[in-house]
Amino acid sequence: MTRYFARKIGLYILAFWAGVTIDWAIPRLMPGNPIEAYLARFSLNSQGSWTALYKLFSKAFGYNLPLWDQYWHYWDNLFHGNLGISIYAFPEKVTTMVAQAAPYTLALLVPAIVLSYVLGNRIGAIAARRKILDNTVLPLGYLFQAMPYAWLALAAAFYLAQLERWFPVQGGSAVGIASGFTWAYIWGLVSHWFLPFLTVFLVSFGGWSIGMRNLVIYELETDYARYLRALGARSRLVRRYAYRNAVLPQLSGLALALGTVIGGNIVTEVVFQYPGLGHLIYIAATDQDYSLLQGIFIFIIAGVLVANFLIDIVYIVIDPRTRLSMQGAVA
Amino acid sequence: MSDVDQAATSSAPVAPGAPLTGVRAPGAAPVGGAPLGRKAYSGGRRWEFLYFAVRNKKLVLGLGVEIIFVLAAIIGPYFAPYPPKQFVAPAFLHPSAKHLFGTSYFGQDVFSLLLYSLRNSYLVGFLGAAFAGVIGLGIGFIAGWRGGWLDEILQTFTYIVVMIPSLVLLIVIGAYLKSHSAFFEGVFIGVTTWPWVARAVRAQTFTLRQRDFVDLARLSGKRGPAIVLKDIAPNMASYILLAFILLFGSSMLIAVNYDFLGLGPTSGISLGDMLNLAELWSGLQLHLWWWFIPPGAAMTIMVAALLVANVGLDEVFNPKLRET
Repeated sequence: MTRYFARKIGLYILAFWAGVTIDWAIPRLMPGNPIEAYLARFSLNSQGSWTALYKLFSKAFGYNLPLWDQYWHYWDNLFHGNLGISIYAFPEKVTTMVAQAAPYTLALLVPAIVLSYVLGNRIGAIAARRKILDNTVLPLGYLFQAMPYAWLALAAAFYLAQLERWFPVQGGSAVGIASGFTWAYIWGLVSHWFLPFLTVFLVSFGGWSIGMRNLVIYELETDYARYLRALGARSRLVRRYAYRNAVLPQLSGLALALGTVIGGNIVTEVVFQYPGLGHLIYIAATDQDYSLLQGIFIFIIAGVLVANFLIDIVYIVIDPRTRLSMQGAVA
Repeated sequence: MSDVDQAATSSAPVAPGAPLTGVRAPGAAPVGGAPLGRKAYSGGRRWEFLYFAVRNKKLVLGLGVEIIFVLAAIIGPYFAPYPPKQFVAPAFLHPSAKHLFGTSYFGQDVFSLLLYSLRNSYLVGFLGAAFAGVIGLGIGFIAGWRGGWLDEILQTFTYIVVMIPSLVLLIVIGAYLKSHSAFFEGVFIGVTTWPWVARAVRAQTFTLRQRDFVDLARLSGKRGPAIVLKDIAPNMASYILLAFILLFGSSMLIAVNYDFLGLGPTSGISLGDMLNLAELWSGLQLHLWWWFIPPGAAMTIMVAALLVANVGLDEVFNPKLRET
């Protein structure tokens, strides 16, 4: 058990290190100088004040130090929970802004990922043996796979919110209602949440159900399934075994897909102007708020890694072979 | 790498985490194949695939639709009624005979814009698929053939690339890099989507290299790279082709998302860019549906045709899926 986890955690630390290093290196490798870009916002008219301010900011952001020191300071700040100060919402701290936005993103993604995964697997497994379901779910799943997500979200926002007015078009909560534990406010939150949730759910659902359907069909043709059938086992039992085996590759698929899903969330939040991390990073990019941008990047990578760790734990729970091999038995 | 991932990749080399799912494990069960001709095939081996290919409805349909769109992308701009990015008519015109898809907020002819945009989509899709294919195949072959510590390192590297969300990375890069080309976008997509190809190719190389014919090739004194290219690769040729088609479709879809966020080619002629402008200039609130519905619908048909052709090709290559 400890060996397995030590290995996994080592991998996560390595991935985190790579992410933070990329995050640190991008502003320093890219053409153009962040401080010059920042100074362009000041309407300075004399060369003297420009150089003076340039020196001041280089010192303030630590760009005058040797690269190695800059790298070291970056990690030092990170471990002290200091991600810098936002330029766009000066003088708000990046960590406060992330903390305000993160609940929206979590409330959107966690139910969408979990529900689409669970339901997609169930429906996909049923589709593998019901012709009617197979002929409806499968083409629909492929259709959702073929749609550009941004377009699906736009079309949903246009039809369901703009034309039919079933849902509010944009934002995260009702305008003009004080936040608090009141029905009106909570209803505002839920009605703004539903449409973004629905689009993410539908797209992921299609992918999982197709994957599960193919895996179950594959499992039903394996030797153990044939043997069970030859022994006269009821097809319900055979299917249950097939399902349990097919869930495993699906789960590692989920771990692989997390980065894509969490990245794709930016598009969702931009379409629906949903005030989560994706929307925040988009604002940071368009406003060239570099410290906010880098802070969110680190936070998102940490989120992907934590989610992966949770999936690892689930994997151990549902796959007895992993448990046995950890206890020294040969699976 | 870990037991978990090995179990996952070796039991069924499907890539469920891939942007597009659809490649079935070789040797998988027959799945609702289209009924083919009654007569059994009795020609030479060389024409076997062609014989089944032209008789496969899915392949013919998907490929036919795709060819129409590719032709539209190649020759479309010469037949476009108006220049794409210019003010040619009053804004907000509904679709009509004169302006097939109406006009945009800026008085541009949406149909002409669409015709010009197809090229960039195909270009980015092809570049993304080519780069992802080459990197994925290279890393998959090396990791699967050599095994050992090199395999460990490559797998760890693959894992790290999977972990870092590419869209977030591109946003951070895009904030610093002011101008992109379609080429940059295609390469970036390729460089971030190869991992699932590498994982699948590695798993298959792993099983193939234990076969007798590979041992024979080794005994004959062939060198490693030659065995991989001449003996192992041909055995997964059909898989590689199918994976390439899926990569092609997913690259085009990813590009739409990038362009939608304003991270696409600076020239600003692409399907995703149309969506981006429609969103930025209140196309939704002004009910200009003819501005943002056609580009997404075109992309959906382009990718769906690829997926259908892909399922058809799978049936052609895999004798188990044929119903003769």
